[in-house]
Amino acid sequence: MTPLQGCLLFSTALFCVGLAGALSRSNMILVLLGIELMLNAANLNFIAFWRYLPSPEPAIGVIFAIFSIAVAAAELAVGLALVIAVYRHRRNVRLQDASLLKG
Amino acid sequence: MNAVLALIALFTLAGAAAALALRNLIHSALLLIASWFGIAAFYLWAGAEFVAFAQVLVYVGAVSMVVLFAVLLTRRSRADLAPTPESRGRAFSGLFAGAAVAAVLGGTLLGSTLNLTPAGANAPPPRLTVRHLGELLMGPQAAAVLVVGVILTVALIGAVVIAAGGRETARREGP
Repeated sequence: MTPLQGCLLFSTALFCVGLAGALSRSNMILVLLGIELMLNAANLNFIAFWRYLPSPEPAIGVIFAIFSIAVAAAELAVGLALVIAVYRHRRNVRLQDASLLKG
Repeated sequence: MNAVLALIALFTLAGAAAALALRNLIHSALLLIASWFGIAAFYLWAGAEFVAFAQVLVYVGAVSMVVLFAVLLTRRSRADLAPTPESRGRAFSGLFAGAAVAAVLGGTLLGSTLNLTPAGANAPPPRLTVRHLGELLMGPQAAAVLVVGVILTVALIGAVVIAAGGRETARREGP
């Protein structure tokens, strides 16, 4: 197994832990944290490919990772604000109780 | 080299899995901080120091605090930190989906050479100084930096507006 495969397996495992957590928990905060873990796994891939594959521009993977971290932080802030807004209306943060838009 | 990677991966994955499996939300948030530290250690190992410190600043410093505040603001009583356990079907389907995706992606990864030459596998990390990074961010990538700044500003203002709620809700919930 090459080091690149090791890095990619690591990020795959992290992505799947986040996916399983996001799908199996019903607390909104934990679902958001699972999504955040999946985004982190994507950042791991950026850095792994930057490290092991030749690239015409030596900084491009790092710049991708930095922008990705910034956007993930913005997403989490909005997500947690939505959780607090739902809690104010429903007195609960369970996903099953936030079914106002259910058809 | 590979042993260090395995150690970092084990630490990070154990932290993440325990965080998403535990019932106590505070414990989950604290374990996720450990997991984010593990990811920062991976960046250091790979030679991307700038990203590692950005990860520590953003995730360990800021995101963890926001998550802890959200946990504390959305509990009804002191005993409410441990929500009721998930239904068996939900937990099983989530784990099944995760395992299926892991099997597909892992099998694909192990069966591919990833177009990697043997020389590339042992190459030193790309040489990258913070100066070079800064020149790139302020030169060719300046437009992207501006867009990210606008996104962050709009998202954070929106978060404040959403979380603060209107005057109407405040009055209805007042004493």
